[in-house]
Amino acid sequence: MISLRNVSKYYGDFRVLADCSTEVRKGEVIVVCGPSGSGKSTLIKCVNGLEPFQRGEIIVDGVSVGDRKTNLSRLRARVGMVFQHFELFPHMTVAENLVIAQTKVLGRRREEALAKGTKLLERVGLEDQADKYPGALSGGQQQRVAIARALCMDPICMLFDEPTSALDPEMINEVLDVMVQLAKDGMTMIVVTHEMGFARKVAQRVIFMDHGRIVEDDQTESFFRSPRSARARQFLSKILRD
Amino acid sequence: MYEYDWSSIPGALPFLAHGMRVSLEITAVAIVVGIVWGTMLAVLRLSSVKPLAWLAAGYVNLFRSVPLVMVLLWFFLIVPQFLQDLFNLGRATDTRLVSAMVGFALFEAAYYSEIIRAGIHSVGQGQIAAAHALGMTRGQALRLVVLPQAFRNMVPLLLTQAIILFQDTSLVYVSALADFFGAAYKVGERDGRIVELLLFAGAVYFVLCYAASRLVRRLQRRAAA
Amino acid sequence: MSYHWNWSVFLQPAPSGDATYLDWMLSGLQVTVALSLAAWAMALILGALIGVLRTVPGKSIGRGAAAYVEVFRNIPLLAQLFIWYFVLPEILPGGTEFKQLNPMAQQFVAAMVCLGFFTSARVAEQVRAGIESLPRGQRAAALALGLTTPQTYRYVLLPMAFRIIVPPLTSEFLNIFKNSCVCSTIGLLELTAQGRQLVDYTAQPYESFIAVTLLYMAINAVVMLLMRELEKRARVPGHIGSR
Repeated sequence: MISLRNVSKYYGDFRVLADCSTEVRKGEVIVVCGPSGSGKSTLIKCVNGLEPFQRGEIIVDGVSVGDRKTNLSRLRARVGMVFQHFELFPHMTVAENLVIAQTKVLGRRREEALAKGTKLLERVGLEDQADKYPGALSGGQQQRVAIARALCMDPICMLFDEPTSALDPEMINEVLDVMVQLAKDGMTMIVVTHEMGFARKVAQRVIFMDHGRIVEDDQTESFFRSPRSARARQFLSKILRD
Repeated sequence: MYEYDWSSIPGALPFLAHGMRVSLEITAVAIVVGIVWGTMLAVLRLSSVKPLAWLAAGYVNLFRSVPLVMVLLWFFLIVPQFLQDLFNLGRATDTRLVSAMVGFALFEAAYYSEIIRAGIHSVGQGQIAAAHALGMTRGQALRLVVLPQAFRNMVPLLLTQAIILFQDTSLVYVSALADFFGAAYKVGERDGRIVELLLFAGAVYFVLCYAASRLVRRLQRRAAA
Repeated sequence: MSYHWNWSVFLQPAPSGDATYLDWMLSGLQVTVALSLAAWAMALILGALIGVLRTVPGKSIGRGAAAYVEVFRNIPLLAQLFIWYFVLPEILPGGTEFKQLNPMAQQFVAAMVCLGFFTSARVAEQVRAGIESLPRGQRAAALALGLTTPQTYRYVLLPMAFRIIVPPLTSEFLNIFKNSCVCSTIGLLELTAQGRQLVDYTAQPYESFIAVTLLYMAINAVVMLLMRELEKRARVPGHIGSR
């Protein structure tokens, strides 16, 4: 469903991504991990065209992301994304956050959009928060709303950019639970995260990145049992110790 | 199509230069007096003697709510007459330049005092506490610790205000005083070349103020680094 | 000193028609308010547009918008006004038609356009600062939902940016009323000009100047109250910066 072929990205002379290639099949859950600055966030932002890349090719459901003729807005409307800092729109209520893109992008009627939003709020366990402003919610609640907002668009796949790393520890699980459920329901997901417990539980594959390269791209089991590269071993031992 | 004729400018350059000197003199006086008086106003507003603080606040708010042109008209038309009546000066004394300087200085002081007040607030409470802990009095803490830091933070804003002030000096036009703008307009009127002279004046102001604002920005960046 | 205070001067009939001097003052006030509001509307629209252009990706657009701001910020308002009023009708096509309008209309249009452009550069800087103060992720989140760039500005970035910049916009709004009195120099009969006229006709300078000054202070107070109310309404619950 998503394929990356030899994707490279530069800031001036500095290479942020180097020859990254991988395939994600429908229904697959991929966890991307690696030290900070390794390019993992940049990589998934390339998938929905938020970050431009200079070389290679990314195809999402048959559409080439890098092609100038591609209507990026239409593509992004079908690819859900969840951000590290939630990025709910602070001047809109939770309900408005859920409705805005449905009406303005998909052209749904407001009542229809509201009904959809309510249904998804229920799914993330926040049906009673619809009329609050994001600032009145906890971080964990905001992130669940952000997931619901992305799901309102009926995405064909979901991208998560460190969805729990800005959260207080006691709120991480409420977000992970929603994501686990989503994975079990068959959503195609690419998740940048350091939550290795989550990776073990639902990911089919783990991609390990370092210095803009995909160093490992392996079945979850074998990645954790015997990481091939020294850097991945080092990374794992550090992260599992914390 | 308009036929441009720039020939009246070269001959008028000495007159225009004199006008520029008047503009710069007013600017300089207003900056110096404005900053000194503005600092005093800002300190007075922090005073524990309430009536003083209120007076200073009243002064600042009064000048900030009245247009500069109105202030200048007060100083050109009303204050000189008042002083002449008071001191029995001859009617012929030309007080316009002094009036302009006084008017600008008193007006700018209100704006400078707001910048300085913000600068004082930008210095952390911890600094004042530390000064007190060393045995300094309120006045010493303000003079030795707070104001030096405040001024350093404020330099870019003070300079930006100075550029605005330089532009605003053109408003002495309302008293027919020949500052740079007034001089340019007079030459234009005399030679029937208002279009050229106004464009020339605008260009000169632009070059000077743009260069100055670039300098301020560079200063700001260096201070931040 | 011997000055004869005479506050009843405002009730005396003015030389023109059956109006009193008070009527002169009030008509001046009307012109000041109408001019300022018209110019403010212009400044808000243009300023938002230029401010947005300074933040969109793409270097040449940003540079053009920056040049716009620099031009209007680095030439004195009075010089700009004279250029709009005396120079541009001479050198631009359509100038002859402009000069055939009645003088009052010419003065008002020139004053409005001048104040509008002048203030728009300042508004643009505030809008830019407001947009740049938003977390970068807001734009990314809006785009990721499939909103186009114009939609992202319209529904996400501008509504937040404008809420943040209400206080600096308030002072620009106050400035436009104060700056409007510069327009008395091209003969527009706004508040300051009427005040001066009164001095010429009545020889009661103190009363006239005090009245004009008080009226400006009143405008100031009213605008401040209105904007404070707006600030309260625009406050986003739970957002930083809302006290």
